[in-house]
Amino acid sequence: MRTINLLPALLLATPALAMEPHMDAMPVAKLAVDHLEQRFDGDDQALAWELEATYGNDLHKAVLKSSGERADGGPTESSETQLLYRRMASEFFDWQAGVRHDDQPGPQRSYAVLGMKGLAPQWIELDANLFVSERGDPSLRVEAEYELLLGQRWVLEPKLEYDLALADDRDLGVGAGGSTLEAGLRLNYRVSPQFSPYVGYVWEKTYGRTGDWLRDEGEHDEEGAWVLGLKFWL
Amino acid sequence: MKRLLLAVGLLGLSLTAQAARYELVIDEGQVRFSDGVRPALTVNGQSPAPELRFQEGEAVEIVVTNKLERMSALHWHGILLPYTQDGVPGISFPGIQPGETFTYRFTVNQSGTYWYHAHADFQEQEGIYGPLIIEPKGRQPYRYDREYTVLLFDWQDEKPERTLANLKKQADYYNDQQPTLGDLLRDAKRDGWSAALKDRWDWGNMRMAKTDIADVSGFRFLVNGRDTEQNWTALFKPGERVRLRIINGSGMSYFDLRIPGLAMTVVQADGNDVQPVTVDQLRIAVAETYDVIVQPKEDKAYTLFAESMDRRGYARATLAPRAGMQGEVPELRAPRLLSMADMGMAHAGMDHGGMDHGAMADGEMAGMDHSAMAGMDHSKMSGVDHSAMAGMDHSQMAGMDHGAMNHAAMAQANNPDYAAGSGIAPEPVDGGRVLVYGDLKAMRPAAGYRAPDRTIELQLTGNMERYFWSFNGVKYSEAEPIRLKYGERVRFRFVNQTMMNHPMHLHGMWMQLDKGNGQFNPLKHVVNVAPGQTLEVDVPVDAMGEWAFHCHLIYHMGSGMFRKIVVEAADGSTQPFYSEQPAAKESEHAHH
Repeated sequence: MRTINLLPALLLATPALAMEPHMDAMPVAKLAVDHLEQRFDGDDQALAWELEATYGNDLHKAVLKSSGERADGGPTESSETQLLYRRMASEFFDWQAGVRHDDQPGPQRSYAVLGMKGLAPQWIELDANLFVSERGDPSLRVEAEYELLLGQRWVLEPKLEYDLALADDRDLGVGAGGSTLEAGLRLNYRVSPQFSPYVGYVWEKTYGRTGDWLRDEGEHDEEGAWVLGLKFWL
Repeated sequence: MKRLLLAVGLLGLSLTAQAARYELVIDEGQVRFSDGVRPALTVNGQSPAPELRFQEGEAVEIVVTNKLERMSALHWHGILLPYTQDGVPGISFPGIQPGETFTYRFTVNQSGTYWYHAHADFQEQEGIYGPLIIEPKGRQPYRYDREYTVLLFDWQDEKPERTLANLKKQADYYNDQQPTLGDLLRDAKRDGWSAALKDRWDWGNMRMAKTDIADVSGFRFLVNGRDTEQNWTALFKPGERVRLRIINGSGMSYFDLRIPGLAMTVVQADGNDVQPVTVDQLRIAVAETYDVIVQPKEDKAYTLFAESMDRRGYARATLAPRAGMQGEVPELRAPRLLSMADMGMAHAGMDHGGMDHGAMADGEMAGMDHSAMAGMDHSKMSGVDHSAMAGMDHSQMAGMDHGAMNHAAMAQANNPDYAAGSGIAPEPVDGGRVLVYGDLKAMRPAAGYRAPDRTIELQLTGNMERYFWSFNGVKYSEAEPIRLKYGERVRFRFVNQTMMNHPMHLHGMWMQLDKGNGQFNPLKHVVNVAPGQTLEVDVPVDAMGEWAFHCHLIYHMGSGMFRKIVVEAADGSTQPFYSEQPAAKESEHAHH
């Protein structure tokens, strides 16, 4: 969990407001915890998180992303950290590039990252990235998120994440052409613009050769879990 | 003429040689509202700052001491003066450092209603704003029995730095009226599913919300520092003519102001006399001033009611024959919604000269080109009967899609200051008359009125989602100054590419607002440019030095909608920074 240790430093970096004339270039620090949730799948429980910390001005930002899942009392099953430079590309989109490091039981992996993040028409949040592992294996990931306002406070948030491996990495159990689709539906109650507890359901299915290998090991290629969590930003 | 020249607010007034001396101390303090006190920045212990009263022609010395722990600066809004006395840190002078004193010195060669405010970070929004009234040398072209200053403000409990950071982190942070699924169902019921979904789709494609009118919400609206409960009251004797000097000192809020039961005769705009025009309602943009004369005849209380443009709240004051009386407070009208016309989706670039009014008969609302009127040069259209347009029979527009159009907007479809079918043009109450810019005609023709030597087009641009604002897509920190030559006459053409109103403010020189009134075009220090609209002003470049030029919405200014203007001599030379300037220049301004 070394990722988490970096957060206090980012939190301390509050917006430093320069005097005119360069007030318009003031850097802003933001920590957005998109999901911090307990997952309930039958008798199994796990803690899952996904967060992004940014620091920078309108044009340039440094970005730290962290996501992962940790079984109740058990090991951290997956932990992914990305350190990116993000640069404004257009009115609604940014380029981003950097490194990713995965730490999980079994082999660790580091990747180079190149991608785009932004707001697509119809208010769809997109984050699309190409990863190339230290072994040279490429993979793609697209995440899309939407907020459907039922009222000013009740917000339904569908989210899709699609991972596609373009090469075999037998040690990780990832096969070329294999893919994973994760779909989530969360109902948020917006206590304030910054703070929303939520309930929801997440579902994950693994396809292709990755799925075959998973089934060969006697694992399920499809999982679902109820979630109870918090979304907030600082 | 009985006028209440109250020197009460003039702390430290004394005469040394010929210069009137004023002492102002900027410090931390507090304001008291109906529900308790709040920390505020103060001038001489109060917020709003004390009313300053100058005499036209007098030399003034304003000794300003900064007791804050950060740099501060006062700016004399609308006053023509040597640029080193203008009070913009980094442009006019280095600012007033903590504990330091700076003495502003200038000769006052104008009269009218103005104001002053901090021009350092967001100190204005924290309480440093106050009225500045200049008594004219000669007689005024209108009569009144008493006068009051009505200073509007939008107080926020939150620190303004925090507000801007919130906007940067989540652009819709303050929009608590976002379109919801419920709104979609309601629209579908009213307009049919296809119209409702198309409308939703169109806004979604732009990634903008039609309820996004004010950027920031949560304000407490004040009149002379008093909230609606505290009800600031002005007294009159029935039958008296009362001059109200209305100043919008807000950081972000436009107001639609009216006094139910009283017509308002506008006699001054931005400190300059205009030919009197009587209206029932006026929209006052941020940093504008309007002087109106009202004549309450009945022995009853009248409510001065100033709704914020987005209808989230109102400022209220009372005119009454006796203290303690209250007039009826009108209901706040329904929230406005931006329309596609405000988004510039209509016909901003169209050739208005050739437009065919007859074609409106079968046009739908979106196609009905009233925006034509906004952009067209009235002075050149001698044969067009504009009064006939006002009376145009909308019922004859056979093919018009009544379901999809905003009827409130339609009532104001003829407001030439806003886009055709604008959702946010000020709507009159009970058929009353709303002030439009074309109504403002200078009392005296401007000396030296002529065709401009050149035109500078400024696109007003911004990014709502990332929350920054700019001119021609460039923020202040990345922009080169605009260079003007002393003696030239420059036309600025503001093309508003955004969905927000922008009150454009030029320091040190007048902007002559071109609404087709020729040499009677009024002189203003702030002009509002409505969403999707184009507005032109002529600037007689008659003041050497370096000047600020910006949108007066405080978070637009702070996030980049700002330029430095450098006025050079005809040979290209500039004055050395921070040097004293000959005061003689000021007399060359034509308006007095």
